[in-house]
Order: sequence, then C-alpha cells, then structure tokens
Amino acid sequence: MNESKHPVFIAFQANNDTLPIVNAITRDNPLAIVNEMPAMVKIDCPGRLVIKRSSIEEEVGREFDLQELQINLISLSGEINEDDDEFTLSWN
Amino acid sequence: MTVKAINPNYSGRYRDGVENFHGNQLLNICWEKHTMMGWPMCVPISPNTTFKELLDVVIPRIYSMHPQFDSVDLYKAHWSTSKGAFIPDMSKTISDHGFKHKEQIRFRTQPLSNNPHRG
Amino acid sequence: MANGKKLNLKQNYSMLTKGLDWEPSYQKKQDIFPQLEFEGIKIHDWSNWEDPFRLTIDAYWKYQGEKEKKLYAIIDAFQQNNGQFNVTDARYVQALKIFINAVVGLEYNAWRGFSRLGREFGAASPRIAAQMQAIDEMRHATTQTHACSHYARFFEGMGNAPYQFDRTWYLSIPKSFFEDACSSGPFEFVVAISFAFEYVLTNLVFMPWMSGAAYNGDMSTVSFGFSAQSDEARHMTLGLEVIKFLLEQDPDNVPIVQKWIDKWFWRAYRVLSLVATMMDYMLPKRVMSWDEAWTIYYEENGGALFADLARYGIKPPRDADVTIKEKERLSHEMWSIFYANRDVVGFPLWLPSQEEMNWMSEKYPNTFDKYYRPRFEYWKELEDNGTPFTNTTLPQLCQVCQWPCLFTEPDDPTEFSHHQTEYKDEHFQFCSDGCQHIFENEPEKYIQAWLPVHEIYKGNCILDDVDPESPDYNPMVEAIRYMGLKPGIDGGLFKEHNDAMNWEKWTERPSNIHNQPATDFVRKTGSDK
Repeated sequence: MNESKHPVFIAFQANNDTLPIVNAITRDNPLAIVNEMPAMVKIDCPGRLVIKRSSIEEEVGREFDLQELQINLISLSGEINEDDDEFTLSWN
Repeated sequence: MTVKAINPNYSGRYRDGVENFHGNQLLNICWEKHTMMGWPMCVPISPNTTFKELLDVVIPRIYSMHPQFDSVDLYKAHWSTSKGAFIPDMSKTISDHGFKHKEQIRFRTQPLSNNPHRG
Repeated sequence: MANGKKLNLKQNYSMLTKGLDWEPSYQKKQDIFPQLEFEGIKIHDWSNWEDPFRLTIDAYWKYQGEKEKKLYAIIDAFQQNNGQFNVTDARYVQALKIFINAVVGLEYNAWRGFSRLGREFGAASPRIAAQMQAIDEMRHATTQTHACSHYARFFEGMGNAPYQFDRTWYLSIPKSFFEDACSSGPFEFVVAISFAFEYVLTNLVFMPWMSGAAYNGDMSTVSFGFSAQSDEARHMTLGLEVIKFLLEQDPDNVPIVQKWIDKWFWRAYRVLSLVATMMDYMLPKRVMSWDEAWTIYYEENGGALFADLARYGIKPPRDADVTIKEKERLSHEMWSIFYANRDVVGFPLWLPSQEEMNWMSEKYPNTFDKYYRPRFEYWKELEDNGTPFTNTTLPQLCQVCQWPCLFTEPDDPTEFSHHQTEYKDEHFQFCSDGCQHIFENEPEKYIQAWLPVHEIYKGNCILDDVDPESPDYNPMVEAIRYMGLKPGIDGGLFKEHNDAMNWEKWTERPSNIHNQPATDFVRKTGSDK
C-alpha cells in the first residue's frame, strides 16, 4: 500500500448515468470529497481512490463493465490500474 | 547542438533578414512604465532616420493615441537598450547610434498623473 | 478460445495489441521505424508499454459510438430550440470565436501528430493508442466545427476558421505551438502534447471553462467539450504512461525528458494563457478565477504529479514558479492588450462593469485594485467622453511563443519583461526568460518563425486584388483582410458591434447583462418601465 497523501481525482459529467457511480465511489472511499460544479462532479481523494465494479452494480442494479466509465468521464489525475473488477487511481 | 534534427548539420532558413524590408529596418520601441500601452512596439524605419526625426515624428505617431502624450517632453526622456543607458545625439541617425535591425530601444518619462496605473 | 470463454480485460488487450504485431523478416527494423533514434532516447524493451485503460479497437468503436450519439442528440436539441439565444448574453459568444478559430486548428494538428506516431512508434500497443488518439482528435475538430457552425449562422466572425488559423496574427500563437511539436521527433512530440499539454494543463480548459459554459447556458459547447474531454482523460493517461515508460527504459532518457518537460510546459502555458481571459473576462457568469484554477489544477494536482515523478529524478518544470507569480495578473494584462488592439482582432472587446470589477477585486486582492482597476476606470472615462483609447501600432512579438511581448517582470507588474539575444549577428526578442531559453537551445529551429508583424512589414500579407502602389493603399486594412477578418465588423467595441445589435433585436434581452441595453429593442418590464 502506498503512503502518498497527494490528491488524486476523477471527474464525471453530472447526469443520471453517473449518479450511481458517484454514490458507489463515496461508499467505497470514506475520504473522498465530492465537489459539485455546473454540469460536472469532481471527486478528490488523498493518495488513492478505488472504483469497484461490484459496488456500481449494486447501485445500478445491472451488470456493469468498468470501461463504461469512459462515456461520462471528464478527467482524472493519478496513476491508473484497471482490471475487470476495480479501477484505481493512486500516487506513489 | 543548435537543433535536434533527423538530418545531420540541419540549418534553418532565417526569414527576417533586413534585406526583406524594402530598405527599412525594424526598430522596437518601448515606453517604459506606461503599462496601458507600454509593451514594446515594432516599426519599420529607415536606418537614415535621425534621432530628432524619431522623437518628432515616429514616436508621436505611435503614442499620440495616449490622451496625455502631448504633455510628455521626449527630449528629457531617459534612454536605454538591453546593453544599458545611452544618451542620444539628435542629429545622428539610427544606424549612427549602432541600432541594428530588430534592436529594441526604451525610454522613460515623468509619470503623467498621481496614479501611475492610469496611464 | 474453442470453449467460447470470454477473455478478461488483460488477455483481450494483449491479443488485440501485441498479438497483432509481427517481427519483420526481410527489412531492418531501423528502416521501418526511422525516427526512433535521432532524439537520443533509448528504448530497450517496447513490450513494457501498456495502456492502463487496456482499450482495444472493438471497445473503442463501441464507446466512441455511444459518445457521438449522446453528443449529437444534444446538439440537435440545442439547434432545434434556438439554444444560441439561451446563453447569458452576447458577450459569452465572443469566447466561442476564440474556441472555433484557435482550438479547432489545434485539434486538427493533433490528428496530424498522432497519425505520425501511429505509424512511427516501435510497437503495436503504443501505435494503436496513438491511432485511437488520432481518430479522437479528428472527432474533436469535426464536432467542434459542427457545434460552432450553428452559432456562425447568427454571429459574426465564426465562419472562416481554417483560413484564419493559418493567417490571423494572434492565431499564429496556437498554430506555431502545434507546428513546433509536429516538427519535433516522435518522442518529443508525445512528451509535449500528451504529457505537458494534455496531462499537466488541459484540465484548465476543459474543466473550469466548460463548466462555465454550462453555467452560462451553453448546452452545445459543454456537450462537445465534455465529450472531447472523455477522450482527453485517456490521452492524459497515455501522457503519464509515456513519461514513466521513457524514464524506466534508460537513465540517459531522464535529462532529455526533463528538458522537454521544461520546454513544453512553458510553451503550453503560454498558449493556454488565453483561457485566463476567457475565464475572467468573457464568461458573463463566472465559476472560478484563473488564479483559483491555476492553484487547483497546476499547483495542487500538478504538484501531486511531480511529487510522484520525483522518484525518477524528474523535477517540476523550470519556469513553474513564474506561472505562479503571473497568475494574479495574466488575464488583466492580456485583456488590456486585446482591448487596446480591438480593431485588429476577430471579436469585439468591452471593459468590465463595476460589478465585474468588484468580483475581480475579491478574486485578485493583491493586484486588481492596485494596477488594473485604475486603468479600466480611466479607459471607461475615455469611452464615456467619446474618445476611447486605442492602439494603432503593431507590437513586438516573441520569437518563440509569438505573443506580443505584453508580459511584465515576474517580480514587478509595472515593468515589462525584456529579453534579447543575438544569434549569427541578428537580434531576437522574447517575452520571457522561458522563451529565450527555448530559443537558445535550438536557434536553428526558431529563426524560421513566421512572425505576423514582420510578415506584414515585409508586404507579404495582402490579397491578390490589392495594388500596394495605388495611392489609397492602406497596409493595415489590407493586412486585416488578408487575415480573414472583416475590417470594421469583426473587432471594435462590443457595444457598437453587430452581435450586440442583433442579439437585442432578436432576443429583446440586453447584450451585456451588466450594462444598460445598447439598443431600444430590449423589452421594458417591471420597474424598468
């Protein structure tokens, strides 16, 4: 586990597709701070942020492919690690 | 190395040699501290222009749009280039002063109002 | 695969990238990929390259198709509902002119650059990533053109973007930036564009500014902006991956990459400075100041990035401290020079209202009231007296970034920054130490710059129908025509501009929400009666 506390972030378009994704992220990352701006939601988190497929599936009530994140993604910062179950952003 | 290029000994074609300016040279002129129009201006000018003509004709043409320019006494201005201060000789030309093509000259005058950021 | 079991993400990625490549048998690799060595970058093992998104071409088409459907549904709705009149006021539209004329050309050049990388890189994974990015960039150029073309039916100055991009004096700033990158080697290009430009800096354009577009009711722009940005997130990831890959391949790559980061951070910063004025002056309703955006997106997020890269021996960009010193004055200095030169630009200018100046005083407590409010108040007096201030002389341009040398000294906002060097017995002028440093590293490249001011004085900026010997020849008017601007129509004062008149006629709303209406068309309601 890394020690960095530098902020990573991910930002999505604010819409009905991303609401459950944001909910899943805030559930899985207690340190995440959700910044709502016009049309956009930016989630900052110190050091590491994890997005879990299973949590999003619970929120949306269907199967979810993490690559679907790309459709509403606006930006991100941090090193990415993605597999079928998790998408993480972190700094070393 | 003067450039990183795929061909060894690459050299660039310089576009702005003085021979392209129809007998003129470029002179950059900066009225220092007058931030509302104090960025350097670029004018084409004959190298035979005297400093007096520069003060009486060329510079007023640039700065007369400044509403208080009439109250400026250019003959009392302090002059410099990137090499430092100089005292102009009114009867001598741009080229007599050693100002080559694309040289920059700068001048400072007294502030125009109590608030220098108004002009 | 005979059992029909679905491959996982990593297996699928491997099959559809590396799995498609082959080793050449009758040609030398060096002949197939001739651009990979001259920059001095050493790559020992291309197979270490991996796209963290693991995006393959099948998934690419699927998700890009979905993005396009979403985008065009919104653009259709926007156009059908006269969305162009639902933005805050007609000043907002002026920022879109900068967008269509400056940014679309960048996207198109990015397509050129990434198409080359899609051919030249030494392995299938990075080539495929570059090819997908090239298609993205073309998508951005076309969707932005499509979205803005609707505005062009109602507003001046938006119908001639490619022509202007190649000729208009201030558009040589973005054009020369990207052509500098495209004429670099492939590794320098990818560090310049994917890392310095996209990873470190484009968040400033696409996050706060696009959010501002939404806040001002521009459904169309925010949609193409965010749709482009969803690709951008992938591009940024490529940028970070590139840097890590190069740094891990060989320690000799570190100083080369550092030099490119220093150079391209500064080049990209100077180009994006235009966004400072768009945020602080051109959004009638504001979301965030340039100063705040720079603090968040460069100092905090960029700080985290460079802290992460420190393990490779990479330092923050050479001139980062100058950008921090400039953040409290950049937009004000640039708006001033645009205002002063408003007769030769492609959009009309206005002075900030009292209300807007109060916002700036709050956002720029150290600088606005001291340096810029007095200037704008003075200019307002001159406008009210019917003698608005204007400048008619062409500025000295920076040999590298091509901005007028309008920037002040990092530690003194009252002194313009002067930087001059001699090379082969010729003088060259620069806006900053950063640009001078770039020139001195590669003078043979930058002596070739096509500087609009010099080209005008050489007599190169006139159309074929003009006779420079004729007695009524006016070189400035002809240069403006050559640049694709309509003299007396495109620039000038906003309150006298066609866009302001038409806006009030067609919407019956003020063209500038902070000022009195410019015409009698605005419907009187309530207490205003």
